[in-house]
Amino acid sequence: MAEKVLTKAASFYDVYERKSGAQDVTHYCPGCGHGVLHKLIAEAIDDFGIRDQTIFISPVGCSVFAYYYFRVGNIQVAHGRAPAVATGIKRTHPESIVISYQGDGDLAAIGGNNILQAANRGEKITVFFINNAIYGMTGGQMAPTTLIGQRTTTTPRGRTAANEGFPLKMCELISTLESPIYVERVALTDPKNTSKVRRAVRKALRNQIENKGFSFVEVLSACPSGWKMTSVQAKQWMVDNLLPQFPLGVFKDVSKELEPSERSKVVFSTENMNELLNIPSEENIRTDVPKPLTKFQNPRIILAGFGGQGILMLGLGLAQAGMQAGYHVSWIPSYGPEMRGGTANCHVILSEERIGSPTVSKPTVLVAMNLPSLEKFESQVEPGGLIIYDSSLINQSPKRKDVKVLGIPATEMADNLGNTRIANMIVLGAYIAITGIMPKDVVVDALPIFIKHKKLIPLNVQAIEKGMAFVDKNNGHA
Amino acid sequence: MSKAVGLEKAKVVIREDECKGCNLCIEACPEDVLFEQKYLNRMGYHPAGYVGEGCSGCGYCFYQCPEPGAITVYKKGYVGEEVA
Ligand SMILES: Cc1ncc(C[n+]2csc(CCOP(=O)(O)OP(=O)(O)O)c2C)c(N)n1
Ligand code: SF4
Ligand code: SF4
Ligand code: SF4
Repeated sequence: MAEKVLTKAASFYDVYERKSGAQDVTHYCPGCGHGVLHKLIAEAIDDFGIRDQTIFISPVGCSVFAYYYFRVGNIQVAHGRAPAVATGIKRTHPESIVISYQGDGDLAAIGGNNILQAANRGEKITVFFINNAIYGMTGGQMAPTTLIGQRTTTTPRGRTAANEGFPLKMCELISTLESPIYVERVALTDPKNTSKVRRAVRKALRNQIENKGFSFVEVLSACPSGWKMTSVQAKQWMVDNLLPQFPLGVFKDVSKELEPSERSKVVFSTENMNELLNIPSEENIRTDVPKPLTKFQNPRIILAGFGGQGILMLGLGLAQAGMQAGYHVSWIPSYGPEMRGGTANCHVILSEERIGSPTVSKPTVLVAMNLPSLEKFESQVEPGGLIIYDSSLINQSPKRKDVKVLGIPATEMADNLGNTRIANMIVLGAYIAITGIMPKDVVVDALPIFIKHKKLIPLNVQAIEKGMAFVDKNNGHA
Repeated sequence: MSKAVGLEKAKVVIREDECKGCNLCIEACPEDVLFEQKYLNRMGYHPAGYVGEGCSGCGYCFYQCPEPGAITVYKKGYVGEEVA
């Protein structure tokens, strides 16, 4: 439609109420390219009638306050992370039009990997990338896109390839990926080039409206303040310096050949999450589990041993069974850098109340499956707590006199069952027997959820029973 | 049904209070009908001005101007109120 009037787009707020100071002008410097790109985007949102669907993501940088201006859904995100946030929004709200608006510091420096991954995944979003060859907001430091020889506060003698490398060319990089469907570089210089920017903005949005794929528009843009020149000089500087280094044009466009396609919508319903996380549904949670003795209630447990002893699995089993028994539970592993041969430990909490933090600093229960673990954690156990240790591998008993101690030759017992790796389940049996935290059948019911090889289940059940029987026999003098 | 008579000549209206005096519109105007005012506006900038005649309605100034509300261009044949 040939508009007979060119004026402030309806997709801008009449009054910028979120802004302090004058609420009828932007915060941008005179001659800044951000304002022009904002206008072109707002006009396109008007013309396509997508204001109610649009979610605009403001970055960190001078355009951090873009949400002051656009009368659409707005989110302001951490430096460089707009593509990740855009991904989340677009996947959960595929009907929305998601705009990731980013500067060159934001997109090409701190968020460099973010944008590449989003592009490579082919997120169905529209990215507008303002390249002004500098960090504007923070006062004119070098950006990845700063030109060779360009003086900035951090390259006072000019950028050199030897020191800072060459300018990063994002269109060139992104267009080598398979997934993006449209990659173009345009420039806010003269009216002719500006009309190409306008066209690119519209195309990149239309691609998203038509459900096609990842569109990326790099917009060369003036930063008169950062470049320390007048607005008019800045335009000339772009023509003389930026354009030769950042060639304009379409780097990739397969939008025509593409059929619109839907990504399956991710539904974060409780049912879906429960299924994914193996959380039993309400009706499968036991309500008849008797409480253990007061001193064993709400245990905060550290389980520790060698990597390879099944410590993390033991914790997971305990947490899974605890969940079926009706407790709030948490399990958090702590991987040593060494993994095998080194120590592995995890923290488990079973609680009648909601759990604030899953980390355990003062355990009420320590399960130590090797000597280094006993030595490391013994002193942290709360007075009145419980230490269970594998007496086949630890040939000294704990020194603490103010805690209950059970030594169980779990590895030997497991060996007798034909598999030393089942020692963890023997210890699990001992723990439930000594504390009464939950009955055996709850644990047995939980086994198939965390044990992949179903044929190993009978052996696990046997091991749990052995651990329980050991406690029944020996607990008196434990 | 009487047909509304549109604007006979294109014109440009500058909201001086929203102008940051960058001069980009002046540079871009092919008809050379924009100029820098001698006085300062409330923000301390010399706002752009229109000589009052000769605007072709090309819109170049509008698309060079970074301020969303500073410039309105009415093209020939425009029907309706002034927006500004
Ligand atoms: C995590 C983090 N690191 C650093 C900063 C400081 N910081 C603010 S803006 C900016 C650079 C922005 O430059 P660019 O993306 O080019 O945007 P422009 O301001 O030029 O539009 C930096 C480094 C920050 N806010 N947050
Ligand atoms: S510092 Fe540069 S990018 Fe930031 S508002 Fe000013 S001109 Fe624009
Ligand atoms: S619309 Fe065109 S002719 Fe009229 S003032 Fe603007 S640039 Fe000049
Ligand atoms: S381009 Fe806009 S802000 Fe700059 S002088 Fe012209 S009207 Fe004023």
